[in-house]
Amino acid sequence: MSADDLTPRQTEDVLHREVRAPSDESERGPGGERLQHAEAASKPIRADAPREPQPRGAKVRGNRPIDQAEAAERFLAAPLHQKAHDERLWDVRRKRDVAAHGIPEWEELRELASQIKTHTLTHLDHYLEQFEAAAKANGVHVHWAEDGAAHNRIVLDILKKHGAKSLVKSKSMLTEECGFRHFMAANDIAVIETDLGERIQQLDEEEPSHVVMPAVHKTRLDVAEVFARTLGTDPDNDDAHYLAESQRETTRPLILQADAGLTGCNFAIAETGTVVTCTNEGNADLSGNVPPLQIHSIGIEKLIPKVEHLGVFIRLLSRSALGSPITQYTSHFRGPRAGTEMHMVLVDNGRSERLAMEEFWTSLKCIRCGACMNTCPVYRRSGGLSYGATYSGPIGLIIDPTFNKRKYSTLPFSSTMNGSCTNVCPVKINIHEQIFAWRKVLAEEHRIPLLKQGMMKAAGAVLSRPAAYRAAIQTADSALRVLPRFAVYNPANTWGKKREMPHAPRQSFHAWYRQNRMKKETDA
Amino acid sequence: MRIGLFVPCYVDAFEPEVGIATLELLERFGLTVEYPYDQTCCGQPMTNTGCHQEAAATEALFVENFSGFDYIVAPSGSCVHQVREHLTAIPQTDEVKAVRAKTFELVEFLHDVLKIEALPWAEFPHKVAYHSNCNALRGIGHARPTELNRPFFSKPLNLLKKVKGLEIVDLTRPDECCGFGGTFSVFEPGVSAKMGYDKVTDQARAGAAYVVSADSSCLMHQKGCAERLGLPQKYIHIAQVLNGAAA
Repeated sequence: MSADDLTPRQTEDVLHREVRAPSDESERGPGGERLQHAEAASKPIRADAPREPQPRGAKVRGNRPIDQAEAAERFLAAPLHQKAHDERLWDVRRKRDVAAHGIPEWEELRELASQIKTHTLTHLDHYLEQFEAAAKANGVHVHWAEDGAAHNRIVLDILKKHGAKSLVKSKSMLTEECGFRHFMAANDIAVIETDLGERIQQLDEEEPSHVVMPAVHKTRLDVAEVFARTLGTDPDNDDAHYLAESQRETTRPLILQADAGLTGCNFAIAETGTVVTCTNEGNADLSGNVPPLQIHSIGIEKLIPKVEHLGVFIRLLSRSALGSPITQYTSHFRGPRAGTEMHMVLVDNGRSERLAMEEFWTSLKCIRCGACMNTCPVYRRSGGLSYGATYSGPIGLIIDPTFNKRKYSTLPFSSTMNGSCTNVCPVKINIHEQIFAWRKVLAEEHRIPLLKQGMMKAAGAVLSRPAAYRAAIQTADSALRVLPRFAVYNPANTWGKKREMPHAPRQSFHAWYRQNRMKKETDA
Repeated sequence: MRIGLFVPCYVDAFEPEVGIATLELLERFGLTVEYPYDQTCCGQPMTNTGCHQEAAATEALFVENFSGFDYIVAPSGSCVHQVREHLTAIPQTDEVKAVRAKTFELVEFLHDVLKIEALPWAEFPHKVAYHSNCNALRGIGHARPTELNRPFFSKPLNLLKKVKGLEIVDLTRPDECCGFGGTFSVFEPGVSAKMGYDKVTDQARAGAAYVVSADSSCLMHQKGCAERLGLPQKYIHIAQVLNGAAA
């Protein structure tokens, strides 16, 4: 047998055949080949029978720690949703592998991107000033916002000055951080999301569950239900073309009539003062270019020094996110159109503070591709809304506690620390090591449950005393109580509920060694 | 060459055959292996939960037990990962640093240190799904994980190649985590078990009669999941297969 015969290969099959559609209705090219849209699955996945209500996200109660495990249980209790979600995202992960493995210098690109970000973040003051000067020279109004509230006030002031009452926007995680939509609604500004997934989430009054695919936790039937309720579509028609077209027909007039437009920012180029957005729907272009007033919200970590650096990130971004070589649109916003105003708001919202955190500052390198979410086995089985935070999945586990240490103190524990997230990260953030480091910080500050810390203290006391340890593991039953790796003392026996218990061996290794080897030594 | 055998606590308590196989296998290569009698654990349960202070005494005991050996060998990727990367709750004296640097996982010890060429006693005529423990795979570099665009290599598969009759089957998701995750398995049991069910279903569908891994903790979790689902495949540690276990 050659070595090749032993090399494991990923097979093309799905794990959950229940959600594999019986036929492929996808559009075909002239040669009959399946058309691969940038955001589409490589194989048809559907979850339609029996009809299953969409599981909702974590219960958020003020500052109380989020119970991600509880929300995950509810997601798992909706098996069709969970399986479709898992297969959809695993498919994206696999497409990502194919795309990444198609670039011989892929790993060098990741290293280069990481270094560019290291350089920029460690000279951020310089590049921010350069960006501001360049943008101003381009005729752009530049604003600085210390936090989310300041960002929202600045945008509202701009809108008021122009008498604007409606605003179309493209998807922006930054505005999610700022609670922008809620703030604007409270101030009588009509905000319309133009990204299809984000629009679905807005109409359903739900947060996005993923940074790139905001409604990936929903099935077509869920979308049909939301659109029927909010747009008046036929509730029994879940044809994707019909649903997408209905949304387009109802949203397009709103875009054409909007008083103002806002986009987020994928990359902000310091030397030219340019905001670059990457979308597959062209909706950032519509939001930026159609209304007479144009606003771009920029997290200060989005800076890169020069245009020549952009190519490195563009090559990595969509391949990491969706496994497609590039987004359909990569748009450069540089200066106002004739007779219009362009504003750029540079937002800190905790970023400076994070930059000063020795173990966690590299999380600012994140380019929001979502690759860590797609590969995360916990995320795929719990859904993004289970994290009860703006950022979910692995990157969320390390960013969210910087916003609120108490509320998100549980999140770093929603991980097996398997490390796949770190390997897919296009800017090489050591995500799983930061998850480990967060656990230490949270335990030291007594932000983990007393019960958990108490159990670890007890375990440490037994495991550091050979005699106590020997006594404790004499029987499998007692060992299960002591060895926290399997079943920390727990009256509910969470191990045994879902798995068979390990079978008790006749004797421990230790006892076997004493009987078989130490006796021999004595005999000899 | 002085070899210290580290038998992790859960191997000691639940899978003594794995410790025995490791000891016998090392002895087959003519090595004298010592088993420090007062050993317990590497401290991983505590540090993985963030409780480093609670791990300090256990870490100190580990160093006390294994100081002075040329190599410390353990049949567990995750415990070796803990010792090498995370045994930091105690002051990093030269002694501590030496113990950490000399601790090897069994597969890498056989592959990289002993550079073994043949296992004439080993025969395992079965279809096998190999399970890469995440700490062994991505933590201590057992193999090239699927995410990385690097040439493929796999130390455990190189060793299994020397076992007569053994056939590896392909999984849909070859190196996805099985959901054990240490205390994750009890603090987030729903997701942990679902990951386990998906893993064992993948193995069954691939036609595996046996699942082989270099980590008993993953195997114990997967075995519990497979038994609950009524799946037929069996679970066995790579030390046992390499030591010539018949089945």
